[in-house]
Amino acid sequence: MADTQLNKKDFASDAEVKWCPGCGDFAIMNAVRSGMVAAGKPRDEVAIVSGIGCSSRFPYYMETYGFHTIHGRAAAVASGVKVANPKLDVWVVSGDGDSTAIGGNHFIHAIRRNINLNYVMINNKIYGLTKGQYSPTSEMGQYSKTSPYGVIDYPMIPLVAAMGVGATFIARGLDSIMKLSTEICERGAKHHGFSMMEIYANCVIYNDGAHKALSSKEEGPNNRIIVRHGEKMIFGTEDQFCLVQDGFGIKKATVADVAEGDILVHDEKDADMATVLAGMRPDADLPLALGIIYADDSKKTYDDMVYEQIDCVKSKLGRTMDQLLQEGHTWNV
Amino acid sequence: MAENAKLTKSEQIVVKFAGDSGDGMQLIGNQLTALAALDGNDVNSLPDYPSEIRAPSGTIAGVSGFQMCLGDHKIYTAGDHPDVLVAFNPAAVKHSSKDVKPGGMIITNSDSFTEKALEKVGYEGNPLEDGTLKGYDVKAIPMFTLVREALADMDMPNAAKDRCKNFFTMGVLCWLFNKEQQLVLDFIDEKFGAKAKKPLAQVAEANTRAFKAGLNYGETTIMFQERFDLGAAQIEKGLYRNITGNDASALAIAAAGYKSGLQPFIGSYPITPATDLLHYASEFKDLGLVTMQMEDEIAGICTAVGAACAGNLAFTTTSGPGLALKTEAAGMALILEVPLVIVNVQRGGPCTGLPTKTEQSDLLQAMFGRNGDSYMPIIAALSPADCFDATYQGAKIALKYRTPVIVLTDGYIGQGSCPWKVPTMDELEDLTPYVNFWKPEDHPGETYQPYKRDPETLARDWAIPGTKGVQHRIGTLEKDALTGAVSHDPMNHQIMTETRKAKVDNLAAVLPEAEINGAESGKVLVISWGGTFGAVKGAVDRLIEEGKSVSGINLRWVWPFPPNLGDLISRFDKILVPELNMGQLSVLLRAKFLVDVQSLSKVQGDPFREYEVIDKVNEMLGE
Repeated sequence: MADTQLNKKDFASDAEVKWCPGCGDFAIMNAVRSGMVAAGKPRDEVAIVSGIGCSSRFPYYMETYGFHTIHGRAAAVASGVKVANPKLDVWVVSGDGDSTAIGGNHFIHAIRRNINLNYVMINNKIYGLTKGQYSPTSEMGQYSKTSPYGVIDYPMIPLVAAMGVGATFIARGLDSIMKLSTEICERGAKHHGFSMMEIYANCVIYNDGAHKALSSKEEGPNNRIIVRHGEKMIFGTEDQFCLVQDGFGIKKATVADVAEGDILVHDEKDADMATVLAGMRPDADLPLALGIIYADDSKKTYDDMVYEQIDCVKSKLGRTMDQLLQEGHTWNV
Repeated sequence: MAENAKLTKSEQIVVKFAGDSGDGMQLIGNQLTALAALDGNDVNSLPDYPSEIRAPSGTIAGVSGFQMCLGDHKIYTAGDHPDVLVAFNPAAVKHSSKDVKPGGMIITNSDSFTEKALEKVGYEGNPLEDGTLKGYDVKAIPMFTLVREALADMDMPNAAKDRCKNFFTMGVLCWLFNKEQQLVLDFIDEKFGAKAKKPLAQVAEANTRAFKAGLNYGETTIMFQERFDLGAAQIEKGLYRNITGNDASALAIAAAGYKSGLQPFIGSYPITPATDLLHYASEFKDLGLVTMQMEDEIAGICTAVGAACAGNLAFTTTSGPGLALKTEAAGMALILEVPLVIVNVQRGGPCTGLPTKTEQSDLLQAMFGRNGDSYMPIIAALSPADCFDATYQGAKIALKYRTPVIVLTDGYIGQGSCPWKVPTMDELEDLTPYVNFWKPEDHPGETYQPYKRDPETLARDWAIPGTKGVQHRIGTLEKDALTGAVSHDPMNHQIMTETRKAKVDNLAAVLPEAEINGAESGKVLVISWGGTFGAVKGAVDRLIEEGKSVSGINLRWVWPFPPNLGDLISRFDKILVPELNMGQLSVLLRAKFLVDVQSLSKVQGDPFREYEVIDKVNEMLGE
């Protein structure tokens, strides 16, 4: 079989998958495999890097090159892999703890550099592998083993942080909406730049139902909006709600109450709008934004610039190694 | 008149510059180093500056120093006590005059001895006049006055004219040490003249004039009764350049990349005193050296590990506190068994400690500063020039054994400089045989097993991403001894732990034997490592000349020990290990050989002087 005709099953390794039954990670793994197919690279030109956490077992289940590294550092290791060999399609799979707590620094700076990585952050708002402590994305008041009386840390919104450091692609998915996760991974894989893909997942053991308000059939559609480039931002079980401009911000309105022309249309290249959309929360009476919120590949990637600069200095200086060694004041004895 | 100044043949001269930090002490020191080296002397230098970029001017805390030893023979250290101190202000006189040899010369700028300046450092009178410096040969020169006179018709502010005092001083020294003036004139031209990166015609003119004024001052005043003449040192024939240890390491990284056929890669983060290495290496883009200045030390080593995994020749560069941050990722390179070179330019610790001062106190951190049983080879550079070879050897062993290697240098040799015999690329060992990536076409019919090993080196079979058809997964969990799959099997862990240790232990068998300086048995054996080499070599040479039963050994590979070390140690009554720490190598030697090593410990941010080692050996000899 030629590698160009791969399908997502070809990206499954023969290792036994050891996540808990019902874990959201299964669906996300499927989506990532679809993304790898979309990227169009043969399996031996794909590398997947992870840190530590439940999600970080990911590489073992993928029939590609894989590096299961250390807690929080996957973005830094993957940056090295990609810059060392830009021909590779490099993926990172990380969790909310791995990315935003111990690895917050690397996560932020990899986005800032716009290294051409496909970064999947599985957000279950809990530490699963260490058996149930709160994470930087846990909600205020959330109970966990280290917050028996409720969390008193304000949560972080990773996609807003990403926009704050100049992200070129942000998207958010939900494990229960498989089709959307697949679409995100496929687009992210093709995006030339850092693709920040946050996918909400349910931890059945330590934080079951954390995303129920978003995923339930009855209430979910009222609490979330799937944004699509060029389409009006309308949502709700009956498509009864929409988003309209409110000063510099956005507010929720009822479709019936507003003029059709006032309903905002999603523009995935509008960074200011993307920052606002990424920060919307149901507890502020705004739907959580899902889908491809921002995508702009006009910005050069770090890995491209590394080699452009090398070529430029080569053409200007172009020293040989011997010339370099003999630089400066030399004398013969 | 001064033509009558006697030209005395000298074997070596120790010179120290001292002045306000930010006043160009390192620059003038490096200029004299280059001048002496170009003139055929051997030179060794030691910069010494405060950690503040601009400490309060005129204060003792703000004094920056640069000491150097020039000789007509092989010079191993920057010297014990200066023969000549050039102290540009009262603070520098107060700070450094006590180190000067009795009867030694102190050249100073008398214009800087204002009442205010004297008061600032607590001088009640003027030390140039009140007998404070009795016993020294003081040359008080009104430098500002003379330089302003020489530049009288130039349209520049006085402050800018005063800055030319350094080249005036170079003029005086050029005359005093009988050096070729054209070398300095060429230097000024290269630095500021039409061919310079940023030509500054006025600065070039002013410095040239100031320099000539200094030369003439030496020649025409009766102030100096004696000049020094140093013959050329008998050193190996070849092309030389003056180099700092950090620059030498940077060059070795590029060279090792070239000779291995791999793209060289540095993942790093700025930290004193290792930063210069990254500065210089960042200029080598045309040689294809990739440098990534990361967001922190951990990211520095992590990108290097990532680059190594992808098949680059990867390095990370740091100093003590940075090495502490890198420990977990160093363990990652170790368990993944990928080549990685960690260059650690040691500084005073613990924690932030003394960033700009030298120390050798990271040896035990390099040995044991990781969780689990995680041994890695450690090589120590013994001089600025040797940083090239140590870094290059580190890369070779990392590749050959698929292991992280720690290269230890220190602030003294990293920032100090000495002449370096420039190798040609043809002379350097070919590293391509050690790369040896696993490719299916070289192993027909064989299944790739990531942890199958070379029986001799125990290096694992290594296939990098992009290799056709052998995609596989490895990680930091314990792995099966053959397949690399995650394994929690107890016996497998025993085997893997033993194998990782054996890999490093086996290296000892192929390391060069330790060379002994002096007789192969006797009363006292002095063991040096890294930056203590120079002081120990100089001290042992002098003791042997005096007929003492003393020998010396330098450890190039600090771990594992050279194969003959235990035998050599057993042939001496007493063992002395001078170290810029509280006895870290002594701990390792005692543990390995059950021998009563005596430690000579110094942690003053300053390298050993030869006399300190000599005094201790004499004490051990009962003399």
